[in-house]
Amino acid sequence: MTAPPRKLPLITPETEAFWTGGEHGTLMIQRCTHCGLYQHPPLPICAACRTETVLPAAVSGRGKVKTFTVNHQAWVLGLDEPFIFAAIELEEQAELYVFSNVLAPPDQVCSGMAVTACFEHHDDVWLPMFVPAGGSHAG
Amino acid sequence: MLAEKQVCITGIGQTPAGRPSNRSPLQLTLDACLAAIHDAGIAVDDVDGLICHPGKTSEGGGISPVGTVETMMALGIRPVWTNPSSHEGPGHMAAIFQGIMAIATGLCRHVLCFRSVAQASARLTSRESTLLTGNRERVDPGNNAFSVPYHAYSPVNLWALYAQAYFDKYGATEEQLGWVAVNGRRHAQANPNAIYRGKPLSIEDYLSARMISTPLRLYDCDSHIDGSTAILLSHKDVAQDLKNPPINIEATGMSMGAFGEGLHTGDFTMTPAEHCGTMLWNRTDMRPKDVDCAQIYDGFSIHVWLWLEAVGLCERGQAASFIAGGTRTAIDGELPLNTSGGQLSAGRFHGYGHTHEACTQLWGRGGERQVPGAKTAMAVNGGYGYGAMLLRVD
Repeated sequence: MTAPPRKLPLITPETEAFWTGGEHGTLMIQRCTHCGLYQHPPLPICAACRTETVLPAAVSGRGKVKTFTVNHQAWVLGLDEPFIFAAIELEEQAELYVFSNVLAPPDQVCSGMAVTACFEHHDDVWLPMFVPAGGSHAG
Repeated sequence: MLAEKQVCITGIGQTPAGRPSNRSPLQLTLDACLAAIHDAGIAVDDVDGLICHPGKTSEGGGISPVGTVETMMALGIRPVWTNPSSHEGPGHMAAIFQGIMAIATGLCRHVLCFRSVAQASARLTSRESTLLTGNRERVDPGNNAFSVPYHAYSPVNLWALYAQAYFDKYGATEEQLGWVAVNGRRHAQANPNAIYRGKPLSIEDYLSARMISTPLRLYDCDSHIDGSTAILLSHKDVAQDLKNPPINIEATGMSMGAFGEGLHTGDFTMTPAEHCGTMLWNRTDMRPKDVDCAQIYDGFSIHVWLWLEAVGLCERGQAASFIAGGTRTAIDGELPLNTSGGQLSAGRFHGYGHTHEACTQLWGRGGERQVPGAKTAMAVNGGYGYGAMLLRVD
């Protein structure tokens, strides 16, 4: 059975850099050039200092698994489970979270695990994904 | 005077929980509305405000198939004010809070609030996740766009992150979480309208059920139904002349989240419900020790832990051990919890079951599950937006 396609995000002016940065192998997170704060999800202004000086900024792609779940339910026909869904805390800032899949065997994931970004290309979207740090992208 | 102190709950109505129902969503709505009106003893024409949560939606899944306009038509009333509430409000109670404001500002005397669901019927034609309905080609930023592309098709995937974080931080266990479900199932055995009446659940049954999204198993998830609940709000000056002893709305709390938009803060062991708890206790001289029973939102079991701590009914990190074993949360325990069975075992009346049960207890109608001498009840709703009420009879 063919795996179901991923339901892709609608790209907006604010989210474009996040969803397409992978074309150049870079995880892009919005940052305020005035106060320096990263914010995700991206917005038209900085939610801390309320200036419009927000721009996509390249980040390291390194982070750790803050918390995770192993999904066992086949929500759509042919869904390849189990898989890991996690909140990744990026190393650039405390509580800067990105949701993603961790591409690793489910029995090897744990909270606090170091991960690094990779990308999965579909149409005009490069979905940021994560693999264990030092590992290789199995997908 | 605070808005909520000018308003009382004077009547309640609830349909049987259907899986599925043989009545239409509008018929169910009218059943619940008329029951609440008759319970209070007012004339149908006395209803001068009508509101529902979250408003009629064309989204699939039977999440909100009935609105205020058709209900107004069918009841043959001409309210001065009708309104849907919204998913953007402080959770399911948003409609009740708006009704309170309509009365407190002098616009209405009697506001009928209802919530109708037809999720059991919807599943006869499609078992697709509610996050995938609506025929959108792409997921937009307000609709879980940062999680759905990762095959996180259900809210259970997001709440599983909170459960795992709570386990990691406090050393809580799967068995402790199981007691949320087992506690509710025990109470459902004494609720004639609970979908799981006659189907007891042991902790062993819980642990042997299939995993949905670790650490959440089948019985950590509530069950869809067809049904409707209506709550009648009245100005306090007229409430005392009606059939039931008025239920005072001692205090309200409300707060907003942005989970659907992908915003999460903190360490995944707290939600914006914390603000809701702070607000509520700032509006009353009563204290958590005064609460005789707690009707706590349980769309997923983990909500109960998070909510009990958010509204100060348990100390931080203590909810898991508080519920474990089920003694302290029993009908004769120190804090009877989800005495109807909650959404996990009575059925997903989607928030309104908790307020309905709080009133049932305060009016002494609980039958086999009645909490002796219950005078004060906490009802809380929500996992994306958050609402709480402290209810009291004199």
